[in-house]
This record gives sequence, C-alpha cells and structure tokens, in this order.
Amino acid sequence: MSARKANHRRSFYFWLSAVCGLSLLAIATLHAAPRTPKSDANSSREAFLQIYKVFTSPRCQNCHPAGDSPLQGDDSHVHLQYVKRGKDGRGVYGMRCDTCHQSANLPGANMPPGNPKWSLPAPETKMVFVGRTPAELCRQLKDPKQTGGRSLAQLLEHVSSDELVGWGWDPGTGRALPPLSRADTVTQMKIWIDGGAACPQ
Amino acid sequence: MSRLEECIKTTPELSAAEHSNVPSAKSSRIARRDFLKTTATIGGGLWISAYVPELAARPDSNAPASATVFAPNAFLRIAPDDTVTVISNHSEMGQGIYTSLPMLLNEELEADWSKIRVEAAPVDPVYNHTLYGVQMTGGSSTTPSEWERFRKMGAMARIMLVDAAAQKWGVPSSECRVEKGVVIHSASGKKATYGSLADAASQLKPPANVPLKDPKQFTLIGKPVRRLDTPSKINGTAQFGLDVRLPGMLFALVARPPVFGGKVVSFDGTEALKIPGVRAVEQIPSGVAIVADRFWPTKLAREKVKITWDDGENAKLSTSQMLADFSRQSATPGNIAKKTGDPAAALAGAAKTITAEYDVPYLAHAMMEPLNCVVDLRADTCELWTGTQFETVDRANAAKTAGLPPEKVKINTTLLGGGFGRRANPASDFVIEAVNVAKVAKAPVKVVWTREDDLAGGWYRPMWHDRFAAGLDAQGNPVAWTHTIVGQSIMQGTSFEQFTIKDGVDSTSVEGAADLLYGIPNLQVDLHSPKIGVPVQWWRSVGHSHTGFSVESFFDEVAHAGGKDPYELRRKLLANQPRMLAVLQLVAEKAGWGKPMPAGRGRGIATHFSFDSYVAQVIEASVDKDGTVRVHRVVCAVDCGRTVNPDIVKAQMEGGIVFGLTAALKTEITLENGRVQQTNFHDYQMLRMFESPQIEVYIVPSEQNPTGVGEPSVPPVAPALTNAIFAATGRRIRRLPIRASDLAGGSEAKS
Amino acid sequence: MISFYLNGKSVSVDDDPSTPLLWVIRDSLGLTGTKFGCGMALCGACTVHLDGKAIRSCVSPLSRAAGKHVTTIEGLSNDPSHPLQRAWIEVDVPQCGYCQSGQIMSAAILLKENSKPTDKDIDEAMSGNICRCGTYPRIRRAIHRAAEMAAEKRSS
Repeated sequence: MSARKANHRRSFYFWLSAVCGLSLLAIATLHAAPRTPKSDANSSREAFLQIYKVFTSPRCQNCHPAGDSPLQGDDSHVHLQYVKRGKDGRGVYGMRCDTCHQSANLPGANMPPGNPKWSLPAPETKMVFVGRTPAELCRQLKDPKQTGGRSLAQLLEHVSSDELVGWGWDPGTGRALPPLSRADTVTQMKIWIDGGAACPQ
Repeated sequence: MSRLEECIKTTPELSAAEHSNVPSAKSSRIARRDFLKTTATIGGGLWISAYVPELAARPDSNAPASATVFAPNAFLRIAPDDTVTVISNHSEMGQGIYTSLPMLLNEELEADWSKIRVEAAPVDPVYNHTLYGVQMTGGSSTTPSEWERFRKMGAMARIMLVDAAAQKWGVPSSECRVEKGVVIHSASGKKATYGSLADAASQLKPPANVPLKDPKQFTLIGKPVRRLDTPSKINGTAQFGLDVRLPGMLFALVARPPVFGGKVVSFDGTEALKIPGVRAVEQIPSGVAIVADRFWPTKLAREKVKITWDDGENAKLSTSQMLADFSRQSATPGNIAKKTGDPAAALAGAAKTITAEYDVPYLAHAMMEPLNCVVDLRADTCELWTGTQFETVDRANAAKTAGLPPEKVKINTTLLGGGFGRRANPASDFVIEAVNVAKVAKAPVKVVWTREDDLAGGWYRPMWHDRFAAGLDAQGNPVAWTHTIVGQSIMQGTSFEQFTIKDGVDSTSVEGAADLLYGIPNLQVDLHSPKIGVPVQWWRSVGHSHTGFSVESFFDEVAHAGGKDPYELRRKLLANQPRMLAVLQLVAEKAGWGKPMPAGRGRGIATHFSFDSYVAQVIEASVDKDGTVRVHRVVCAVDCGRTVNPDIVKAQMEGGIVFGLTAALKTEITLENGRVQQTNFHDYQMLRMFESPQIEVYIVPSEQNPTGVGEPSVPPVAPALTNAIFAATGRRIRRLPIRASDLAGGSEAKS
Repeated sequence: MISFYLNGKSVSVDDDPSTPLLWVIRDSLGLTGTKFGCGMALCGACTVHLDGKAIRSCVSPLSRAAGKHVTTIEGLSNDPSHPLQRAWIEVDVPQCGYCQSGQIMSAAILLKENSKPTDKDIDEAMSGNICRCGTYPRIRRAIHRAAEMAAEKRSS
C-alpha cells in the first residue's frame, strides 16, 4: 500500500473514529447509560443548542473551518502560516501538520499544541462548523453525504471517545475550554439523539 | 596629533587570535614596511590614512607561510596565489555591500573577479566612515561614502603592480596594461600575474597621484554581478554571530526587567542552578545572567530564577495613553523646523481647508537573527565576535566596561542576520551587557537573545503623531500646508546629537517633512519631542518611516479635496524637481496609471525623497469583505544616481517594499503598565510568502554619484497602499498598522 | 544516549531527550547552518528533514529523531548541486541569508513532491518561512527556476 493511501486511510479513521465493532460499542454505551434524562423533540432541540455552543467554540471549530485552512486561537483567526488541508487533511509539502504539531502539547503559551492524530477532516468530508447556524449544522450532522455515511452513534463515538476530539478539553496553556465539559457534551448529545435528533428551526 | 598618528597608536592587537577557528597572524611573515604608513589623497581634499592595520594585512591561511602578501593599503591584500582579499569596513547585513565594495575596488584594480574574497575589517580609525567619523554601517551611506575611496584603493594597487612588472622587465609602465589580474607588456609578450608580482610590488612606494577611470570606461560598475556571499548562504557555511564557537565557550541568557529602566531588587537562583549544565546565576547591571554549558539549559533555567524587580518610573507607561497625549500635544505648534511664506494667513484666506491626524506605532527591527555577542574577556584583553553596525562605538563601550584601553579590545564583525539599524545601538546595549556577562562567566561566553528578548528589548522606531492642515485655493490647488509632529528624539543623548539637533529640532524627526519637494508657497513644519522612558532608535529609513506615510497620505487627501488626480497634482507640484518628476512619470507609465483594473481594485501612488534618492511607487490593492487587505502589485521607480550593481539595487527595493508592507499591514509594539505586549512572531507578525505581491522595479539611468539604496524604498510603501485602499473603498487609513476592523465591507462597500 | 543519522552519518548525543533538536544539531553537533529565529515554529529558520519530511527542529525534542534520518542544509547536497542551491545562486536570492537554510529545506520538500509547482503551490509550501529582508519574490522565482533545472536534468 502506498504511503498516500495509508495516510488517507488514517484520516478516514480519524473522522470516522469507528469501525463496526467500535460503533456497536458506542451504541451499547448509549443504551447502557442509566441516567440519561428522558428525551423528546423539544429537549432534543434544546440539547442540540448546547452541543452547538461546544461545536462552534474555538477548540472544535478551529479544525472544522469553512475554507481549507485551519483556524487558530480563541479568536479563531486563519492559521498564520497559510496552512492547507491537503489531500488527507494533514497539510501539504513541508507544511504538514506534524511539521510542527506532534503527539502532545508543547509546554508554554502559544506553543504548537499536539495530538497523535492532529489533522483536519479530509477534503471529502470537510464537516464545516464555522458560519453554520444551529439548524444548518444540525441538518449537516444528519446528512450522510456530508458525514461520509456516519451514523449518529458514530458521531457520538467521535465526540465521546476520539483522541483528537478529546484534545479540545486538554488544549494546553492559554487556550479556552469549550463551554461544556466533555461528559456534559456527551450527555447533551445523547439527549439530542434520543429525542430524535431534532433540529432547531 | 595627526589622524595618521592616531591610526598607528590604535593599531589592533596582533597576538589576540588565540583560538583555533581564527587564522593566526603570529606565524606569518608579513611585509610590513614604513611605506605602508602613508596616506592617499582622496577627492575633495579629504585625507584618509591608507596605513595597514596588522590584522588586515594578515596573509590568507592557505598561503605558504613564507610568502609575501602585497598589502598596499588597508582595504586589500593580494596573495601569491592571486587571491585578492578585499577588506570591508562596512558590515554585510543583506544589503550586498560585500559585493558592491569589491566591485568598486576591482573596477580599478582589474583583478580576476573570481579571485576576489571579502573579509570584515578590524576596528581601526583607518576604516572610519568618510562622513560620520566612526567605523559604522548605516544611513544607506556605504556606497555613496565609499564611491571614491574604494576605487582609489584599487587603483593604487594596480599602479604599483604595473610598476613592479615594468621594473622587472625594464620597460616603461606606460607600455603595460592589465587584464584580469595579469600585467601584460604587449610589445614583448611578457605577462605576470598579480600574485607573482606581490613581493616586488611590496618593495615600491605607493603613488602620490592616483587617477581614476572616466565612468565611460567602467567595465564592472553598472553590471548585475552576482553576489559574492550567496554560495555560503545556501549551504550553511555562512558564519553569523550566533554561529561563532570558541573552545570552552559557555552560553548565557539574561533575565531583563519587564519594564524599561527597572532594576533587580533581589533574586533567587537556587532552582535554576539545579538544572544540569547551569554554571552560574549572577546579577549584572542589566538584570540576572544565567550561564550554562549549552544554550538550552539557560532557557530552562531562566524560567526558574525568581526575581523581585523594582519597576521604576516607567511602570505606568501605556501606548494608548500616549496616543491621546500626542494628539493633544499636536494641537499647539512645536519648535519650528521649517517655515516659508505665511501659512497662518494663507490657511485663513483659503477657499477650502482640510485637517487630518496620523499615527504610527513603536516598531521593533525584528532581524531574523536575534541579537547575540560572544566575548572572550582576559585579564588584559577582550575579544568580541558579533554582527555589529557600530564598531567604533561598541569598542569604546566594551573597553570602558572591561576596564581596558580600546586598543586592547578586538571586535570581529561577523555576517549580520539582518540589521535595519538595531545593530548600531548608540548605547551598545547588547555589547556592554555581554562584556558584563563575561565578567561573571569567567570563560568565553556567547550571550544569546531569544525572540521574546528581542521584541521586548526596546530601541524601537518611535511612535509618531502627525497633525496636518492644508488650505486650497478656489481651483483646488494647495496654497498652505502645516504639519505638527510629535514623537521622541532618536538622536538626543547620542554622539550624533551635536550634528543633528538644532534649535530643539532633531532633523531626523522631521526628515521627509521639512524638506518637502512639492511646491507649496506657505509651509510650516514644527516638532514636539516628548521625553518618554522607552528606548528608541533608528529603524530602516528612520524619520522617513513616519513622514513618508503621513505626508504622502495627506497629500492624497489634499488632491481629492481639490478634485485633482493624485498623480497629476504631484506632477504639477514637482515641476521644479526634475529627478523626482522623472521617477514619478516612469512609475505612472509602468503601472498604467489611469488604465482599467480588475473590479474591486484601487491604485495608489506615492513619492518620497530620502537618503538622497528619489523613489515613487504605485500599488494595486483590494479589500475583502472581512477587511483583509490584498496587495496585488507594487511598481517602483528609483533614481539612486549611478548604480554600482543594478540587481542589488533591485533586491533592496524589493526587500524594502516587503519590509514596508509588514509595517503597513502587520506590526506594532504596544505597552500597557510599562510592559511590552508583543512576544514573538505570532503577535508581531511578518508578511509571508502568500501575502507577498508581484513587485516590479525600474531604475532611472543616471550619471550622478550613487545615493542611498537600502532604505529609500520603505517610506512610500505605506502611503501608496493606503492611497490604493482609499481608491478601492473610499476609506482613508490614518493609523498604522492597517486594521481589518477599519475596513469591514471591503472593496464592495464603496458606493 | 540518543542516536540518529545526521546527514547520513550515525551520531550519538547525551543531551536530555527533551532538548530541541535545533540546539542538539547546533551546539552539541556543531552544524550551524540550521538557524534559530523564534523557538516556536513560527518562522521556519530551523527547518530540517526528518526521514524526508520537513520539521521545525526548534520545537522537536531530540527524542523525536531517535533512530531516524535528519538532513540539514549541510546535507542537502555535497557540492552544493541541488537545483534549488543552483537556482538560489542564479537568482541571487539571499540578502542577509539567515533564513535561507530554512527556506531551501522547505522548498526541497515542495520540489520533491511537485516537480512543477505553481505560484499557488509555492504560497502553500513556503508561507511557514519568514524572511525579514523580503526576498519572497526571488524565492518564488528561484523555485520555478529550480524546477526547470531539475526538468532539464531529467530530460538530458
């Protein structure tokens, strides 16, 4: 297998974060969660608005940009070095993500953060968060064409277990955390899904 | 005491080179003769010593030890292998002087260009600047000031080599000619290379009269010769100050006060000393020095040193407060720098008046190579390796700090990884500090500045405020122009003060404003120079870096207020300035002034006269909806007199344009509570490749003597851009850097 | 002790594994062509190749290089005959020269992966490298020229 194919596969894995076994596990987790409040369409919509705040916080949306450049900082400015998504979501030429970003955050403010899976969504499934209204983002998450065929359970798995997503709650010195904890985000996401994944108007 | 005697008295130490990476002069037999201690007449009646400092005359390390090196004067030596070493008394910081000076010299010497080498001069009065009286590099003055001297030095050597050959062959010198480093007697067919004549030429007296070529005979000057330093800069062998290594050398970082003028009250280095490799944590006058075996431990250790600072009187300094204060001060006139006609009456009687205020921030030089200095301090000598632009001043200050006479201090000038003025520090800040570190290091030591140290280190381009008023007659022509400038004096307290400050006016604060080329009959330029505790310094183009922006932007405002085309009004008011007029017309023609452009773009024009050179630029720009400025094309025309190397002139114009765009679009140093807010390139951003526009440079042919090249392309950039933005959006930018928030809506917003 | 290959030669150093590779290369191994500009991966002056990929050595701990091949500007070519080095001379790119090692190392990856880069490719590949002297127009020209040179060599 060529290196490019391998990269492609890794990035697919990044977004999907789940092969069949994992998604089964996720569903099992979902059903096993004992104290998830009972959900209906209204509470589902409410929950989505909570998730939306998380998804459009800098820690999430900076890697789900509208263009092909990642964003940086709590002000979500375009990456200063004109970094590009590339074919596998990991940059181009000598401007690959891992040119600077390594497996862990480097100590100190404004130092390159890191994670073993550091990357953008691949170009086939860009999953843009920036600039989306709650309704748009909600519909987008349920659109298999945009999610690359991922189920809601798989999306939940991405949020609850993906290593890179987890970085959002461990972003290193000087970076704001998302408005909800990861656990609370997962809870709200479950409410949203359980209530029929209703979308705000 | 004559200048010559001074030279001899301050001869650099011959035996200072004890380290393996420095060629030793000890073992070599140098032809040192009394005749070398002579002088050569330089045009204009100026006498310059041509005495050879011994270090300059050292043979090349690859030459046989017994060989005689021909060193007719302090600026070159020729080895038996025909190698010509040109000794440059000006520092190479990117401006190409290690190529241009050898070109001047070899125009007359006519050696084989491939045999030319360049070496930095030691510190010696013989190498003093022909105008400024100290050994230094700056003011875009290297080529203009050396235009005659280097050619004379080359000619002197050629005459002696020809005489040596002629005597050897028993023929008249007049029958000999030279070609690529070979003396030829055509009639007999005899030939001798310069190297083979070195010994014989060394026996001769230098000629009293050194005639120079008619410029029509130039074969090298004016050619786009490739730079001599490029090969070493593409394979990692070029040696910058930061690359210097000495046996047993230690490394040091200094923790400096967070507020300018702050002092150490107490410190605790216990934790820092626990880091492996850390040798010492000691207080020095400028802070606390951390000394270690290598650089990295000093970085780790500095974060562990606990220091209590006394912030001193600058603890409340705030640039946002200064912005308001400057504006208030500018409401009343300051010390008069220039007054013609009766501006007050002309303003009062004008058909239309307009006013505007402009602001520019403090700026750091931010050379890519952060400051550094290597010091080897011994009981009776002190040797330094650093990229400096200010050898004489640095040596005097190093000597004073070391408690040694200046002749016991040797400075090895390395290549400079950018200078832009910062490395000509009037207080020798980085040099004095390094000598102080050496005192506590007790070993050869390299003091390194991090980028954070560099940006917070002061010595900035001053913050400036410019307030204008203009009066227009009924036809829209400007008849009155007043300009009040507020900003710190750079020259105050420096050795240049007596030449540059007169009647309370620092000429470098008002340059580009008080010498306005436009024909406006009633003019006043005045100046307030507030004293503020932020160290300030010359920064590429000095005072022109603010007057270029404010004057040329306000001129654009005047043109629009009078319903005039900005280019046509400039043409009209430059009628008595033929060189600037030619530059202006050339740039307009090449840029297609008035011709259609893609939708959303605007075109701006600006001229500026600085360092005796004439520059005009046209910029094409557009503004995105979010306020992001896109610079598409910059067209530049320059008249800098005769060009020694047109490709280097072009490179300097290109580089100055990028430098100017960075200042226009990106950078500012701000202070709150006395603390500099910017720390590294994420908040002091440089223009990058994707933002770098198409740049075209056109040189106006000239037979005038060369004028400045390194700086004059900077001043017109910001106004050409803001004038283009006005054309594209209808919005006038009066404060740099340009903020996207000032331009939201972009080009489309123009109704 | 950490061992890696520097320009093809096996080297071992006793620096702490967290020491940035930049300082190991410069201070412990004495190759000074790789430059310090910011220490935060913002300027690109410290760019080297790690197993054929560009990295910023100022933020890469020594441990990242263990057992791998590191190439610096000194190892880009022996003579220096790399098309980029020849093009850099032909176009006379450098001014102060301090950033140029990093520029060339970034450009080398671009050319390796794209034999005929467009201006857009150059923007995307080279915007991580700052040049304060403003040599960008010439870097652009020289990369195009190097691509031509490499093509000439391939076809000859």
